[in-house]
Amino acid sequence: MSTPATTVYVPGDAAAVSVGADEVAVAFEAAGARVVRTGSRGMLWLEPLVEVQTEDGRLGYGNVGPADVESVLGGEHAGGIGVVDDHPWLTRQHRVSFARVGVVDPGSLADYEAHGGGAGLRRALTLSPAEVVAEVTDSGLRGRGGAGFPAGIKWRTVLETAADQKFVACNFDEGDSGTFADRMIVEGDPFTLIEGMTIAAHAVGATEGYVYVRSEYPHAIAALRRAVDTAYTHGYLGRDVLGSGLTFDLHVRVGAGAYICGEESSMLDRLEGKRGEVRAKPPIPAVSGLFGRPTAVNNVLTLCAVPMILAQGAAAYADLGTGRSRGTQVFQLAGNVARGGIVEVPFGVSLGDLVDDFGGGTLSGRPVRAVQVGGPLGAYLPPARFEVSMDYEALAEAGAMLGHGGVVVFDETVDMAVMARFAMEFCAAESCGKCTPCRIGSTRGVETIDRIIAGHDVARNLTLLDDLCETMTKGSLCAMGGLTPTPVQSAITYWPEDFDADLVERRATASVSPSSTEEGPNP
Amino acid sequence: MPTVSAIDRVALVRAIATQHRDERGPLLPVLHDVVDEFGYLERDDVEAIADVLNLSVADVHGVVSFYHDFRTAPPPAHALTLCRAEACQAVGAERLYAETTARAADLGDDVEVREVFCLGNCALGPSGTVDGRLHGRLDADRLTALTAGWRG
Repeated sequence: MSTPATTVYVPGDAAAVSVGADEVAVAFEAAGARVVRTGSRGMLWLEPLVEVQTEDGRLGYGNVGPADVESVLGGEHAGGIGVVDDHPWLTRQHRVSFARVGVVDPGSLADYEAHGGGAGLRRALTLSPAEVVAEVTDSGLRGRGGAGFPAGIKWRTVLETAADQKFVACNFDEGDSGTFADRMIVEGDPFTLIEGMTIAAHAVGATEGYVYVRSEYPHAIAALRRAVDTAYTHGYLGRDVLGSGLTFDLHVRVGAGAYICGEESSMLDRLEGKRGEVRAKPPIPAVSGLFGRPTAVNNVLTLCAVPMILAQGAAAYADLGTGRSRGTQVFQLAGNVARGGIVEVPFGVSLGDLVDDFGGGTLSGRPVRAVQVGGPLGAYLPPARFEVSMDYEALAEAGAMLGHGGVVVFDETVDMAVMARFAMEFCAAESCGKCTPCRIGSTRGVETIDRIIAGHDVARNLTLLDDLCETMTKGSLCAMGGLTPTPVQSAITYWPEDFDADLVERRATASVSPSSTEEGPNP
Repeated sequence: MPTVSAIDRVALVRAIATQHRDERGPLLPVLHDVVDEFGYLERDDVEAIADVLNLSVADVHGVVSFYHDFRTAPPPAHALTLCRAEACQAVGAERLYAETTARAADLGDDVEVREVFCLGNCALGPSGTVDGRLHGRLDADRLTALTAGWRG
């Protein structure tokens, strides 16, 4: 009689696959192990992180390659980290939305149910729509896409707006650099998003839902489509959801490469088959959204928080967090960081705790110079601001924003004038073009920063840049043009020496041709 | 890619468009399917799609030109994308991108090197795709190894 095969968990998450997890899985299968592909635990610096089932629990081994199969199965691999659930990086977190990610097989509905999945939906279906909305309102859940609007208030508006047809739309256009939580939760636990959207549909009276996924995420698209098919087969979607009488059909729509489609009204235009241009508000989507009907538009992380709120009650979620920022936030540590990955903790953790304690400082080992919080439209903050509490209000007070929870670390080699220029360049490349401050302002911003970097008339050009930023902030239709000045102005505020005339002039004499410095400031 | 006569191509494009016609907002799914089938969109495709979906040619052209993914010329034999967004810049992506575009011709015949902004692999940068497959922790040596098969 042969001994039963050892069970080995190998992430199928895109990040793990990007550093060789598929080849590792194949090698373990060839060695006779029973391989289960999971999501990633979010300890990305250890990927591929392989876990071996033992009597003591799941033992982890980091940075495993195909040649390491024997040493891992023998328990001798040098990358051993012990029982993964006991790893301090995880025990110091409070995982609510990410509880199942990296643990379960994302393709298995049985696994999902065995780990508490579906409980929130089952309870929601016993409540009236108004009661579900009240539960979400009482939990204090706010939009995780960046705007931080209370989810319950949005849902109540949709519920109370009379219409022949309503929609739920999930914004899964995670285009912010430094953010990957939406991708990881959908790849690692896709049924949670389906559950959250179904609860939303019941709460607002919608019968149809759309998930807008960016095309850069093929792994997530495949995982989500597979999960939707399974959900239909097992009565979680379609007519008479779980025997409740609720009808909810869910469609997955793929983007085509446009950052602006993460702006909610642009996303709605794209779902309608148009150019993804921003709409003027009002009317708000909750009143007139997709195809002119009331639409609850929510980010992936917002919707993925809902099942737990319904399963355990509003109070359990509201008990976490600080001030008016309730619950947990999924932070993503990225860039030049030693230990990058997913940190889900209650609001109120400090920026320094994230970067130094969880992140372990920079990957390069040099001192941290700047941290960009909240994506390409977020502020750059220096280590001197590491005490700031990571919640909506404290960050706003610091002239920053939470955004989608991305934290991108830079070491001392970063040139902040170059990063400010890049913010404008990115806006110019990705502006939808509908409003002038964003479309033209960003191009003028690049030109102005180029003149500053070249050392031409620095003081006047800095004043001009300030005016330009004010125009973009106040005059743009949406957050793209309106917030692009944030990284620019924070860079000037905290690192003026990178824009300083004396310093730059020395550089200019060394490398810049005269022709590019002859233009004056633009009116 | 199989050779398809112009008439067959238009017929297939019309069939794809007809298949999606009754969905809500069918244009983008149609464009995706046509690009998946042929690799890019031709002017005749745009006219056929507009006709089937009862849209103006200008409307369809406007959508095609808005999105990066809808090619209007045959794709290259091999494609390399490199992320230039902030998180990858923090670990040297700008230099990698500049160096790689400069030596694109050395990587193989008919190779396209293109910038992208964020592939969602921000803790394992620099990131990029090699013929559609995502890779992390990239550097010049790994790119050379990954594209080895491109050089005849």
